[in-house]
Amino acid sequence: MSRVDAVHPAPTPADRLPRGAPVPSDDAATYGLSPAEFDQVVAHLGRAPVAVEAAMFGALWSEHCGYKNSRPLLRRLPTEGPQVLQGPGENAGVVDIGDGLGVAFKMESHNHPSAVEPFQGAATGVGGILRDIFAMGARPFAILDSIRFGDLADARTRYLLSGVVQGIAGYGNAIGVPTVGGEVAFHPCYGENPLVNVMALGSLRHEDLQSGTVGAPGNVLLYVGSKTGRDGLGGAVFASADLTETSAADRPAVQVGDPFMEKLLLEACLEVIERGLVIGVQDMGAAGLTSSVAEMAHRAGRGIDLDLDRVPRREAGMSALEVMLSESQERMMLAVAPGREAELLAVLERWELDAAPIGTVADHGRFRLFEGGELVGDMPVGPLNEAPTYTRVGVEAESVRRARERDLSGVAVPADPNAVLHRLLADPTIASKRAIFRQYDHQVMTNTVVLPGAGDAAVMRVKGTRRGVAATVDCNARYVYLEPRRGAALAVAEAARNLACVGARPLGVTDNLNFGNPTVAEVYHQMVEAVEGLREACLALDTPVTGGNVSLYNQYRSGDAYVAIHPTPTVGMVGVLDDVERHAGLALRRDGDTLYLLGAGRPSLGASTYLASWHGLEAGRPPELDLVVERSLIETLHTMIAAGLVDTAHDLSDGGLAVTLAEMAIAGGRGVEVVVPSGFARRPDVALFGEAASLVVIAVRAEHDVGVREFARAAGVPIVPLGEVAGERIHIRVGEEPLALDVSVAEAAASFEATIEAALRT
Amino acid sequence: MHSIAVLRFPGSNCDDDARHALEDVLGASVRFVWHTDALGAVDAVIVPGGFSYGDYLRSGALAAKSPVMRDVRAFAARGGPVLGICNGFQILTEAGLLPGALARNTGLDFVCDTVSVRVERTDTPFTGCYREGQVLRLPIAHHEGRYEADAATLERLEGEGRVVLRYVDVHGERTSNPNGSAHDVAGIVNERRNVLGMMPHPERAVETLLGSTDGIGVLASLLESAAVTA
Repeated sequence: MSRVDAVHPAPTPADRLPRGAPVPSDDAATYGLSPAEFDQVVAHLGRAPVAVEAAMFGALWSEHCGYKNSRPLLRRLPTEGPQVLQGPGENAGVVDIGDGLGVAFKMESHNHPSAVEPFQGAATGVGGILRDIFAMGARPFAILDSIRFGDLADARTRYLLSGVVQGIAGYGNAIGVPTVGGEVAFHPCYGENPLVNVMALGSLRHEDLQSGTVGAPGNVLLYVGSKTGRDGLGGAVFASADLTETSAADRPAVQVGDPFMEKLLLEACLEVIERGLVIGVQDMGAAGLTSSVAEMAHRAGRGIDLDLDRVPRREAGMSALEVMLSESQERMMLAVAPGREAELLAVLERWELDAAPIGTVADHGRFRLFEGGELVGDMPVGPLNEAPTYTRVGVEAESVRRARERDLSGVAVPADPNAVLHRLLADPTIASKRAIFRQYDHQVMTNTVVLPGAGDAAVMRVKGTRRGVAATVDCNARYVYLEPRRGAALAVAEAARNLACVGARPLGVTDNLNFGNPTVAEVYHQMVEAVEGLREACLALDTPVTGGNVSLYNQYRSGDAYVAIHPTPTVGMVGVLDDVERHAGLALRRDGDTLYLLGAGRPSLGASTYLASWHGLEAGRPPELDLVVERSLIETLHTMIAAGLVDTAHDLSDGGLAVTLAEMAIAGGRGVEVVVPSGFARRPDVALFGEAASLVVIAVRAEHDVGVREFARAAGVPIVPLGEVAGERIHIRVGEEPLALDVSVAEAAASFEATIEAALRT
Repeated sequence: MHSIAVLRFPGSNCDDDARHALEDVLGASVRFVWHTDALGAVDAVIVPGGFSYGDYLRSGALAAKSPVMRDVRAFAARGGPVLGICNGFQILTEAGLLPGALARNTGLDFVCDTVSVRVERTDTPFTGCYREGQVLRLPIAHHEGRYEADAATLERLEGEGRVVLRYVDVHGERTSNPNGSAHDVAGIVNERRNVLGMMPHPERAVETLLGSTDGIGVLASLLESAAVTA
C-alpha cells in the first residue's frame, strides 16, 4: 500500500497544452457529443479537446450523468419539507424518521445492461445503488426492485426474467442486505428493453450524514476497492442511446459484480465514516473516475490534479481515456484530510482492501490529468458538471389520444365472473411472485416485519427503537401511457396508499423516470406530463422527491421501426411507523371479521387490467384521482392502524375489488362472504374488476367495529360494509344482480401461484 | 455472565443477527472474533451465516483454513460447544469438525423460506430446551444446503442418533424437504455431540414481531449448557 502524502505531480503552468492530438469536430459523435455540444466544449477549453477530454465531456454530458433532456423538467418536482435531511444532488436523499435517525434511499435503473446481460446487469444495479447508500454514511438495510419484462410466453422474456432475478439474488444475498419487496410487471413493450429499477434504503444517525465532496485544497483523493479494468467502458453513453440489434456487441459495456468486495467496502467505509476519518465519500458509478471526481470537486467548488499512473489497474496498456471511463465495479473515492491517513489506511488494511492516493484537491477549479508526469487533460470543473440542457416541444401521439377517448360502452359484461377472476389472478403482473422472492434472502439482518407478499409495503423494524420503516415501489405504466399526468399522479397515490395500508406515514419519494427517446415529440410529451403529475401528487401528499434517476432511450430500434416502452415513472416511497408493533398485513386473520371498503374512489373500466386481459383492450381513461380525498384516506388509515384498530388492509389496484379480496383470502387461507353495494359501479363487471384510486379493503374484528366506523366518520372518510370473513370460498355478489362470483380459496390460490412458478421452470 | 464468541470472516453477514439474538434478546454477552485473531477465553462459539470469502472456491472452504479455526478445533476438542449456522455449517464440514458436505440445492435456486424442522434429539447442548419430536418453524436461506455424505457415514449418523434436526411438514411427517438433503438432514452433531451444524437460522426466529420464536430453544440451550460446562 502506498503512502498518501507522496502524491503529487509538480504544479504545471495552466497555459500548457495537454499531450495528444486534438479531436477533429467530425468525430464528435464518437464521443457521444452533438456538433453543437462539441463546439461548446471547444469554447469552454479555448481549443479543441484531446481524446480523453472529449470522452469525459461526452460521458458527463450524457443523459445518464448530465440529465440534459430532463433537468428542466426535474426542477418542477417539489424537493423540500421539514422531514427532508438531504434533497437531490448527493449520492442519495435522506429523510428524518425521528430518534436522531435518518433513512437514506434512492432508486436507480440498470435497464440497458440487463437487456444484454441480465444476470450481471441486475447484479451490478444492486451493487451500484448500495454504494450510493453507504456513501451517505448509511448502513443499507433493504432492497426493493421494480422490474418489467415483455410477454411471458416468449422464451427471451423468461430468460431475461430468470437472469435478472438470479442477478438480484446473487448480489443482495451475498452482501447480506435483504430484498424485501418490489413489483414485477409484464407488457410486450418491454420485450427487448426490460426495466430493472433497484431501490435501496439505509439508516444513519444524523451526525454521520456524509457529503460527496473533496473538501479543501490539500486534501487527498484516495481510491479504494477493486482495480480498474476495461469492463463497463462507455456504460453511461451506452445507457443513453437506443438499443439496437447490434447492442449485444456492447456487452463489454456491462460490468461484472463482486458482492464480496463490496461487503468489505461497505464495512470499511462505514467504519471510517463513523470514526470521522474522511471528508467525503463517493461511489464510482456510471462514468467511473470521471464522474465521481468531477462531482466531488464540483460540490466543493475546487479543482483536482489526478495522477493516472497511480490508479490501480488490472490490465496493462490502458489509455488515459480507458482509465477515466472504465466502469469497473466496487470502487469508492474517499476525500481525506492530511493527518489522519495512517489511521484510515489501517482500517482499510484490516478489511483487506487496496487503497491508492491518486490525486490532490487544488484551488484552481480545473480537472487536470497527469500521466508520466505530463499533462494529458485539463478541463474546467464547472462546465464539465453542467451539461447543456434541452427543452423540447412535446406532442401527444394521436393513437394514444384515440385509445384514451375510445367509447367503452359496447364492451360486453362477461357471463362467468369466476373465469375472469381466474384469468386475472393468473395474469403475470398480478400473479403471486412467491417463486421470485423465495430466491431473495428477505430476512437477513433480522428486521423484516412484513415479508414480501404479506402486505402492501415492506416493513422493517429499526433496532434499538420502537420505530419501523416501510417502503414500496409502484407504477401502473398502462395508466401513464393512456394519460401520463393522471397516471403518474396515480403512481404516487398508490405508493402512499400502500404505505398507509401497512400503517406507515409517507415521508418522501425517489423516482426512476423510464421513458423512450426524448427527441421524439410524443415521448417528450409523456415526460412533461408525467413530471407534472408527479409534482401535483407529491405536493398534495407531502412526499417531496429527494432524488432519483432518469433513464431515457428505452426503446428498441429495428431497422426504421421503433418500439418504445410505456412511459414508466417508477415511484419509490419511504414511510415511518412510530410503533412497529402496530402494523397491518393483507392476509385475512380471523373468521368473523367485518370487511369494509374505506375511501371514496370510483371503479373504472378504462385502463384496467380486466379490460386489457379479458377484452384485449388497452383503452379508456385511468381511474379518477382526487388528491384531497386520497390524502384524507391515507392519514385516516395509518392513524387507525397505529391506534391498534386495524391490522388487515389491502388497497384496490390491478384487478379491482374482486382481486383485492381474493389476494386477502389466499394469503389468509380464509373465505369471504361479500355483497358489493349496488351503485358502487354502473356495471357489475366494473364493480368486481374495475380499478380505482383512494379505496382500501379493511378487515375489522368485532371489538373494534364501532371504533373503526366512528373514527372514519369523524375523519370524513366514507366507510361501507362489504360482508365478513367466513368459510373457504370467495363469494361476492353485486347488489341484487344475479351475477355472482363464487370460487374456492384453494382454486383461486392455484391460479394465483402457477404462472410465475411455471415460467421460471421453463 | 457467559461470553459467546461469534466468529467474523470477510463476507460473514449473519454475525450481527446472532449478536442481536444472544445479547439483546437473551441477555448473553457476545464477543466478535475476527478470523485472524485468537479465540481467547469463551464459553461457546458460534460460526455465523453469510458468504465468507464470497463463497468463492466452495462455500466455507476458505474460511475453514483461517487462523481462528485452529483455536475453534482445539476448543471443540476440549468439549466446548460450537454451533455453525448455514454458512457456519458449511465451514464446519470443510474444517472437518463435522462429516459430509453441503451441496447445491436440488432446485438449483437459492431458497429463502420458513420451513418445518423436527427436533430428533434433545441430548445435545443445543436442543435441551425442546421436546423430542417437537416441530419448529425456522427460516432457511441458502443456495448450498443439500446435506450429502456417503452411505456408511449416513448410517453411522443415524445409528448414533446424531441427526438432531430434520426437515418435515407442518405435521411433523417426512414429506417436505426444501433442498434435497439426504435423510432430510437439517442439522447434525459430531461424535462427542458438542458441535452442531444446522442450515436453518435459529437467530432469525427469536422475536414474535418477526413471526417465530421457535429458534430461541437452540440459543437458550446453548447458554444453559455453556453455564454447565464453564
